[in-house]
Amino acid sequence: MELLQLLVGGVAQGCVYGLIALGFVLIYKATEMVNFAQGDLMMLGSFVALTFIGTMGMNYWLGLLVAALAMAVFGYLLDAIVLRRIIGQPQFAVVILTISIGFLFRSAAGFIWGHETQNFPETPFTNRVIDAGGVILSLEHLSIIAGTLILAGLLYLFFNFTRLGNAMQAASQNQLAAYYMGVPVKHINSLIWALSAIVATIAGVLFAPVSLVDPSNGFYGIKAFAAAVIGGFGSLIGTVLGGLIIGVSETMAARYLPPGFKEIVAYLIMLGVLIVRPHGLFSTLQRKKV
Amino acid sequence: MTLTETRTDAVAPSASAAPRRQADAPALFEADDISIAFGGIKAVDGVTFDVAAGEIFAIVGPNGAGKSTIFNLISRIYEPTGGRLTFQGQDITNVPPHTIARRGIARTFQNIELFEHATVLDNLLIGRHCRAKPNIFAEMLFTPGVRRRELEHREAVEEVIDFLDLANYRDQRISGLPYGVRKVVELARALCARPKLLLLDEPASGLNTEETEEVAFWIDDIKNDLGITVIMIEHDMSLVSAVSNRVLALNNGRTLALGTPSEVQSNPAVIEAYLGGEAP
Amino acid sequence: MRILFKTSYLDDIRLFQHSGQVFWYGLLTVGLLLAPFVLGDFYVGELSYVFVLAIAGVGLMLLIGYTGLVSLGHGAFMAIGAYTNTYLITKGVPFLIAFPAAGLAALLAGVLIAVPANRMTGIYLAIATLAFSQIVEQLVIRWESVTRGFQGMPVPAPELFGHALARPWEFYYFCLAVLILVVLAAINLTRSPTGRAMVAIRDSEISAQSLGVNLVQYKTIAFALSAGITGLGGALLGHKMRFISPDAFNILLSIQLLLMVVVGGLGSIHGAILGAIFVGGLPQAIALMRDYLPPTIARTPGLEPGLFGVVMVSVVLFEPLGIYGRWLKIKAFFDYFPIYRRATFKRQRSYLKTERVR
Repeated sequence: MELLQLLVGGVAQGCVYGLIALGFVLIYKATEMVNFAQGDLMMLGSFVALTFIGTMGMNYWLGLLVAALAMAVFGYLLDAIVLRRIIGQPQFAVVILTISIGFLFRSAAGFIWGHETQNFPETPFTNRVIDAGGVILSLEHLSIIAGTLILAGLLYLFFNFTRLGNAMQAASQNQLAAYYMGVPVKHINSLIWALSAIVATIAGVLFAPVSLVDPSNGFYGIKAFAAAVIGGFGSLIGTVLGGLIIGVSETMAARYLPPGFKEIVAYLIMLGVLIVRPHGLFSTLQRKKV
Repeated sequence: MTLTETRTDAVAPSASAAPRRQADAPALFEADDISIAFGGIKAVDGVTFDVAAGEIFAIVGPNGAGKSTIFNLISRIYEPTGGRLTFQGQDITNVPPHTIARRGIARTFQNIELFEHATVLDNLLIGRHCRAKPNIFAEMLFTPGVRRRELEHREAVEEVIDFLDLANYRDQRISGLPYGVRKVVELARALCARPKLLLLDEPASGLNTEETEEVAFWIDDIKNDLGITVIMIEHDMSLVSAVSNRVLALNNGRTLALGTPSEVQSNPAVIEAYLGGEAP
Repeated sequence: MRILFKTSYLDDIRLFQHSGQVFWYGLLTVGLLLAPFVLGDFYVGELSYVFVLAIAGVGLMLLIGYTGLVSLGHGAFMAIGAYTNTYLITKGVPFLIAFPAAGLAALLAGVLIAVPANRMTGIYLAIATLAFSQIVEQLVIRWESVTRGFQGMPVPAPELFGHALARPWEFYYFCLAVLILVVLAAINLTRSPTGRAMVAIRDSEISAQSLGVNLVQYKTIAFALSAGITGLGGALLGHKMRFISPDAFNILLSIQLLLMVVVGGLGSIHGAILGAIFVGGLPQAIALMRDYLPPTIARTPGLEPGLFGVVMVSVVLFEPLGIYGRWLKIKAFFDYFPIYRRATFKRQRSYLKTERVR
């Protein structure tokens, strides 16, 4: 019983990692940029939602929607104003740029909302549990899992059955060809940033009741990296799976292994994967052509 | 007169004569039935050829025929799925890639792979790497021995700079050089390794007619003055027929024809592959 | 503008290219040697802090700026250096043995991380080094018998031949000496085959390999050397702070080191040192600025990382060559005045360099 409860907690945690990692992967596939500020986007999203729901007293669902839209605009502008400028520069420049942007976000959040950890206001899932035959499952955890499933499903439908989704896929596979075919690649890339900001916001809001809201929540992004790497920076499903692997093993490590392992088990798994498959598990990345 | 010199003299033909390699002279380089497949697609499929010392050997074929793949197999960037590569009588099919240069094979790349943020001089000095025996502790102290060897490398590099007329660009960074000069620098860098076999991947691509003529002279000089055997991939048939002794024509990873430039050019299969129509 | 008349190949491998350089670097050395006589203890201490950062920065520069391998976890090597040094000293090992041993321990850790790192490229390497630093951080927190965990450890003053370098100016001279030795070693390396092989790996692995550079060997050397030098810096940082605890070596330190090499200017030793001056001096600048800022902003704890963020973003966007690159441009402007062209340093615009195979 205890194991099952742990498992649900682990899966919920893993879903959050998976969602942040999804943001990385969306952006990476479209622009080959790795956004080290993705965790900080999630943090910003949860603060924005906190403002709408907590401070301004909006309804939870409305607040979530408005926050997601606000962050989408923010993500779009972030790409259009800042990141687009360094396309073509070495990846290293992107790494440094996004790390610094993460730093900026963190101190901006500190300026605006203060550096103290804040409680997220009551949600439809707060303090409610389901008793499934002796197993007590918290609704907060279940809502994260359900939210992730729904979001993953929507993304799948979006990429496979909408014009815009198809255009995004085309642009991420071959930008030049997509450009010649009349796909507005720059606009599409900014939209991808908007999309991944939405995903980050939803992750942040779902996670907020469990994690509380704090400017340093962006550091969860580092662990989400492990998820993305395990997933191979490629398929959406692989990425969510990577998140689940990390989340579950972390929860298990906290329970059954000596203290300290909880913090590093994600990295140990990731390093293990990288040693066996230097390009990730489900990767299609290969050597440059000469 | 030593044995090697005799052989070089015997085989080094003028461009017009271009005889076949004598069967009795041992080849400098041999590729025996080499193949490689990428995800089920055979990029090179059972290609066999040999190159004699002192020869200029050209590989031609349409895009995607597997020409560059053969070079990448020789420099051991790719693992062949079958076949054998022999250089100077030694099997090099499975040796580590960084030992190829020391054995005497140097190359250039189709899309110029120079060290962008270093000067021409530094690029050429890196070309000497396979002739250097670095000792990191001595280097950190920059002992007189290191200094002396640096001067030796520099002299070797200056010979190449003289040979290819690069003195004007010596201290310039690659990132500021025009395309044509970069091609020459890459050739120079390969020569700095003092190779016995030089692989040139499209030496004339992107060059104008004058520059192409210059390349033709240089390839001739490389063979005659430096005694280096050359394998080159080239699209420009006028350059191929001007300098090469024998030509290998590929299509879809397979051998179409192998022979003198005129033989290959009149081969019906080659004409069909190039023009996509019936041979006359 | 100075026109150099070279008469021997030796002219190109000399440490100083012309008498002007000898003069300016000589003046700098004299200035640094005299500084403790002029400056107060506080500024002498700050300068030694800059030297310590510069030592670590030179280490990281060899890896990132010369070999092109990104490390987001170099703080971990500083931690290894600091803890090894302190632990050995508290166990009674003389400083003159403990200090090189600290470098050696970090060097071995560098070799350890190089083994998996050699198989990775670009972004995977960056993430792996980040993971490595997190693992080391946990190790430092949990291995209490050696590191005393969160309690931290006091670090005694370094002792040379029975004399403790307790006063700021004594420590200052020691750091300066170490820095000069490290810089000389690094410069010597960069004008030798090993340094050129590193540059070759940075600019094109594939052609480096085809010219006979053993990628695995040289990447390992770069990691090891870089980690070792950074470890020495870490040992000195411990002495500078007089007290070490896990939170002194967290990810922020790694990012600070990264900031140093980027802001200073990648690919030059000058860059590492200018970056160290910048990172070491920024807190002082902020402290001075605080007096002029409204108190609500000045009191915010996140000000420093935020400013780091702003500076890094602007450097990447507007001056990718860093402070040293800017200096070269200014120098070129006056050297070639009035015929300087704005395009002299302009790089060719390259569109989306992909590493994917289509």
